[in-house]
Amino acid sequence: MEKSKFRLQCPMPKTDFDIITLAHGSGGLLTGKLLDTGVFDLLKNDKLNKKHDGAIFSANGKIAVSTDSFVISPIFFPGGDIGELAVNGTVNDVAMCGAVPEYLSLSFIIEEGLKMTEFWDILVSIKYASEKAGIKIITGDTKVVDRGKGDKIFINTTGFGKMHPEADIDTKNIKPGDKIIISNNIATHGIAILSVRKGLEFETDIKSDTRNLNKLTEKLLDKYGKKIHLFRDPTRSGVAGILNEIAEETNLGIELSEKDLPIDPQVKAACEILGLDPLYSANEGIFVTFADTDIAEEITETLRQNKDAANAAIIGEVTKEHPQKVLISSGIGGKRVVQMPVGEQLPRIC
Amino acid sequence: MKYLTEYRNPEKALKILEEIKRTVTRPRKIMEVCGGQTHSLIKNGILNVLPEEITMLHGPGCPVCVTPVELIDKAVYLAEKEKVIMCSFGDMVRVPGSKKSLSEIKAEGADVRILYSPNEAVNIAKQNPDKEVVFFAVGFETTAPANALSVIQADKIGLNNYSILTSHVLVPPAITALAEDPESKIDAFLAAGHVCSVMGYWEYIPLAEKYKLPVVVTGFEPLDLLLGISAAVKQLEEGRYEVENQYKRMVTEKGNIQAQKIISEVFEISDRMWRGIGTIKDSGYKIREKYKKYDAEIKFEIKTDKIKDSGKCIAGEIMKGIKKPFECPLFGKECTPINPAGAPMVSSEGACAAYFNFQNMFKKI
Repeated sequence: MEKSKFRLQCPMPKTDFDIITLAHGSGGLLTGKLLDTGVFDLLKNDKLNKKHDGAIFSANGKIAVSTDSFVISPIFFPGGDIGELAVNGTVNDVAMCGAVPEYLSLSFIIEEGLKMTEFWDILVSIKYASEKAGIKIITGDTKVVDRGKGDKIFINTTGFGKMHPEADIDTKNIKPGDKIIISNNIATHGIAILSVRKGLEFETDIKSDTRNLNKLTEKLLDKYGKKIHLFRDPTRSGVAGILNEIAEETNLGIELSEKDLPIDPQVKAACEILGLDPLYSANEGIFVTFADTDIAEEITETLRQNKDAANAAIIGEVTKEHPQKVLISSGIGGKRVVQMPVGEQLPRIC
Repeated sequence: MKYLTEYRNPEKALKILEEIKRTVTRPRKIMEVCGGQTHSLIKNGILNVLPEEITMLHGPGCPVCVTPVELIDKAVYLAEKEKVIMCSFGDMVRVPGSKKSLSEIKAEGADVRILYSPNEAVNIAKQNPDKEVVFFAVGFETTAPANALSVIQADKIGLNNYSILTSHVLVPPAITALAEDPESKIDAFLAAGHVCSVMGYWEYIPLAEKYKLPVVVTGFEPLDLLLGISAAVKQLEEGRYEVENQYKRMVTEKGNIQAQKIISEVFEISDRMWRGIGTIKDSGYKIREKYKKYDAEIKFEIKTDKIKDSGKCIAGEIMKGIKKPFECPLFGKECTPINPAGAPMVSSEGACAAYFNFQNMFKKI
């Protein structure tokens, strides 16, 4: 279902407060009211409905766990919001382990003064993202801090998922000759966020690519199993960051081809104008796969059949040469080193 | 993208490269003046496909690199003041002053904001009448029109809480200083395309004649740079020293007259200190008397210590093309992009940061 239609189905309940105050985090009457009318009602499921401080689920075999905190500004951005990001981010981290995410915990740290309408919008996004990813939110926490001690809202989520029986995801499986496949366009999220950053605003239709990736990774594992050597999502530090990490961990080299990097023309133009390198820009809805060379083309085709991976492409390969270094061939054939990012990427003067 | 993809065509690039190889007969040292060109040479891997005879020298055209430490200290001093909002272009905030950088004092609580346009700083001043908004106006002739325009706009709407901390530098005096330097080994210049789109290239005509040096106005895409190098090599081989315009799609001889008018409305020529090089006569802009209330240095009594550049950093010799970054004792040891000892290691346009990315990888750069 479209997110906009989803919102219409979830009208905000009538509450007797417009903003969230310290009392909403006190554990008393107002906390109960906020949770009952908001969180529990919207996100209800058999485990959450127990309203206990913890949740119980049974598990056999290997379980993957991942936790992440979301502290972004602005909390609403083109193509998504912090709620959707908090679900997708952790779901994807679990999926990158080669697991099938099932449950999520959800904790809010809210700065007093957050508008109830904004909180509601975030909750609806969380519900939408959870249903799309096919996971349940089974426990959580809500705290409210003094004004000035937070930035509207921080969210922490922890995800749990059973390992896929065919998965053997480990950097030790990577070997020279492996192909590197990216699931979709790069740099979209980073540029979408930048376009609404205070003081740096520019007009564009670029929307964040935040999405759950677990359905895609599950499909690949069903089909290719152990021939898939690694999944990794290039979030904050961009494609450059994760590939450098992998090169270092494996003591192998990585060769990329600039002309094969999929990138939306608008995102590319924005990077040109602002003097930013798309390899260092953040992503929220793509992943990198390292796989045997004989199935690389097929994986790319399989991915492309899905609209969330329509621009999947082979972007490079692993080599014995230049261990621990990532090199890229430019469009005109020259090579350069893709360094580990140093801090935040800053727009250049001219 | 029109005017970009055409200038990134690999087949054409190879053809120009072949032509350069055919033409060049002996070692030639060509300096690209602008940091943006250095960045593009590295990004596109051009340095390691050029024939051995050609050495590219990386000139002083990185505004971050030539801004004196003292000025960064002044920006830090202002930003630490209560009620000051310090606005800056992105890559200035990480440059170390003598004690701290703007990004460090931001972490300590100072209100430092990264902007793309000084007009945004004027808007911030409008929205915050109880604050003093200062824009750190650095750069070459390229950023001068927008910075000047912000002062004109502030004046038009009668803002009393806006000022600029200016450190504008000019390209032609720097090229002259380099050409006159007895240590200089430069055979030809690639002039900075964007600076010329504002100022035109007429100023270089007497300069090329006087110092017998070819000057090619050059753009920033791989083909632009290769065409620029090719034209410079051709002139050198034929014993010519003229001004050629490779970047015709952006640059005319007279430049952007409207932008020049805006610059001279607000700024006048003055001597300027260049980090690593020293003071060059008539090489910068200062704010005219008429607009002095927008000059942050006059508006605030700025107290900073006189700073000498770190004795060990050889930024000056690098920007003059006398030494390569890896000849510096600090390079890659005490001085890295994470912990830069000098400005050329900070900006991605700086020669040292660019070389750091290539260390141990390619011998010939």
